[in-house]
Amino acid sequence: MKIEDKKRVLREMVLHRRFEERCYQAYIERKIGGFLHLYPGQEACCNGVMEAARPGHDYVITGYRDHVHAIKCGADPKAVMAELYGKETGSSKGRGGSMHIFDGDKRFMGGYALVGGPFPLAAGIAKAIQLKGGDEIAICFLGDAANNQGVFHETLNMAALWKLPVLFVCENNLYGIGTSIERSTAVVHQHKRVAAYNIPADECDGQDIEIVYEAARKAVDHVRSGNGPYFLELMTYRYRGHSMSDSRGYRSREEEELWKQRDPIFILRDRLIKDGAMTMADFEALEKETDAYIENEVIKFAEESPEPRVEDLEKYVFADRATQLPWLTGKAA
Amino acid sequence: MSRMTTEQAIHQALAEEMQRDERVLLVGEGVATKRGDLVRNFGTARVRNTPLAEAIIAGTAVGAAASGLRPVIDLLFAPFLTYAMDALVNSAGKLRYLSGGQFEFPLVAMSMTGSGWCVGAQHNHNLEAMFAHAPGLKVVMPSTVADFKGLLKAAIRDDNPVLFFTDLALLHQEGEVPDVADHLVPLGQAAVRRVGADVTLVSYAKTVGVCLQAAEQLQAQGIAAEVIDLRTLKPLDEATVLRSLRKTGRLVAVTEASGLCGMAAELAALAVTRAFDALRAPVVRLTGPDAPGASSWVLEQAALPTAEAVVEAVQGMLGDAVVVREALATT
Ligand SMILES: Cc1ncc(C[n+]2csc(CCOP(=O)(O)OP(=O)(O)O)c2C)c(N)n1
Ligand SMILES: [Mg+2]
Repeated sequence: MKIEDKKRVLREMVLHRRFEERCYQAYIERKIGGFLHLYPGQEACCNGVMEAARPGHDYVITGYRDHVHAIKCGADPKAVMAELYGKETGSSKGRGGSMHIFDGDKRFMGGYALVGGPFPLAAGIAKAIQLKGGDEIAICFLGDAANNQGVFHETLNMAALWKLPVLFVCENNLYGIGTSIERSTAVVHQHKRVAAYNIPADECDGQDIEIVYEAARKAVDHVRSGNGPYFLELMTYRYRGHSMSDSRGYRSREEEELWKQRDPIFILRDRLIKDGAMTMADFEALEKETDAYIENEVIKFAEESPEPRVEDLEKYVFADRATQLPWLTGKAA
Repeated sequence: MSRMTTEQAIHQALAEEMQRDERVLLVGEGVATKRGDLVRNFGTARVRNTPLAEAIIAGTAVGAAASGLRPVIDLLFAPFLTYAMDALVNSAGKLRYLSGGQFEFPLVAMSMTGSGWCVGAQHNHNLEAMFAHAPGLKVVMPSTVADFKGLLKAAIRDDNPVLFFTDLALLHQEGEVPDVADHLVPLGQAAVRRVGADVTLVSYAKTVGVCLQAAEQLQAQGIAAEVIDLRTLKPLDEATVLRSLRKTGRLVAVTEASGLCGMAAELAALAVTRAFDALRAPVVRLTGPDAPGASSWVLEQAALPTAEAVVEAVQGMLGDAVVVREALATT
């Protein structure tokens, strides 16, 4: 990665981290309801892969831990926060909430709460790309536990058979809620399961963004060149509990500390400092600046935005011509 | 009587039934993590965490039930049931019939649903009527703490597949549970929660509370509402509903679930096909909208039938009778 890109991505990762920490705060203050799944610890995964891909051009789909993926694809952090607040100005107009961020304009296809659900949808998106003949790819980010759904295997088989342009990214953070992967999955290394479908698969460190980036470049090139699907497993860790009601009794504080020593943001920061591209003071300033932006713009926007109107309860249930969106009609381009 | 929460009542029911019958096992994502004391008492073979895979959880439960075990599966949230639909609907509900009565499928599929937590439509979807529509399945959805315990125990002892729905808004409510050794509430029996002669309010789960509130407000206006809590949606306790209707001549059916092809529609059909002669006003259905559950608190709450709406509906049904009664009440 070029120095300038690394500096930009560091900025983004700091935003992603602080955004999520601020969500935590807002949840405690009961400004945000529902289930809230946070991303700190895993930032290099989404950022590394999307740096190798084309955000806003490639189609991305994921699960419920979706805020950062949405923002990385180009969703406005203000609209994402407003969605968490359940406001009309939210990216899903307050209908979806934290687990259901969507931004069709930026080709961010959601935000899915049922684990495993996005697999076949990703294949369908890839099928559409294939038929239309574009150079986009579909990228499906999911966790390790999701691979135990039958639909994972159904999707892999069809994606391989039809040579679909889809990249599966498994963010293996070692746990599905409180169940460690050894206790839920017969094969711990997920890429091995994929080999059975003749899909190229790779596993790498998910904490060092440059390692992720290199692995993802290979993966993205493969898929974009028309060679069919690819599976990339990233070994990572989420710092916080699965969602907000998780006291993390299933893992030790020592294990958590060990992972925090390989913090994706600090790895990149320290490398930039070592290369003389920035100083610690620069980094601290960046954090302050980010916090100010989140407070003065993102949170302010969410707090001041209106609630959805009760009269609109049944709006958006069915499609109708009048409200059809440009990216659905295909007339936009 | 012992005071406890719905959550505790469910736990007691599971513990007691596992103690009573060693064929009972509890299977699901995180069940062993959540219910450590059951693991200690009954072992990991009977209290079993599973991979994240609803289809295989339900499928193995059907196979195990056909082979003499009595599995209880916890599928967490009702929308996840759709992943288990094939095993529940096509296997559990049909194989006894398809085999000419050779097999039984004594299993319970538990899940939570309902508004109150702002979790959005993929966690909150009252699809109980969907299962009532499938042959061979029983459907239970309690409202009181005592019923959660008694009905779950009865469901586990039933020789048929039972869908056991927990309204998540009731999970932390407190209530009294009888201290008897075996507190059972038979499936298929509704409960009359309040006696009244002017109108029958029928509901289940959290909206029973809405009806009781409405009945209280109506009382102040001199209108006596009878409130029926169905508790079991299938088999439906038609007799209790009909008996009440013959007395009141008026039916308001209240559900959180959407109206189309739902339990309220079923109740309306029951009224007009079996008690038409007794009806003194058109049946009223108050249901959730035909829309997915929104995560916004404002929209989520707006989708719920309210006590005010029930009161208004009853006033509309009684028409001029309300005025007369109000006059009588003030004199
Ligand atoms: C169909 C379905 N079953 C169960 C759940 C409950 N659930 C939510 S997240 C989760 C674990 C997922 O773990 P993983 O795929 O590793 O993703 P992570 O949360 O670690 O990012 C479970 C069991 C769900 N949301 N959907
Ligand atoms: Mg995981």
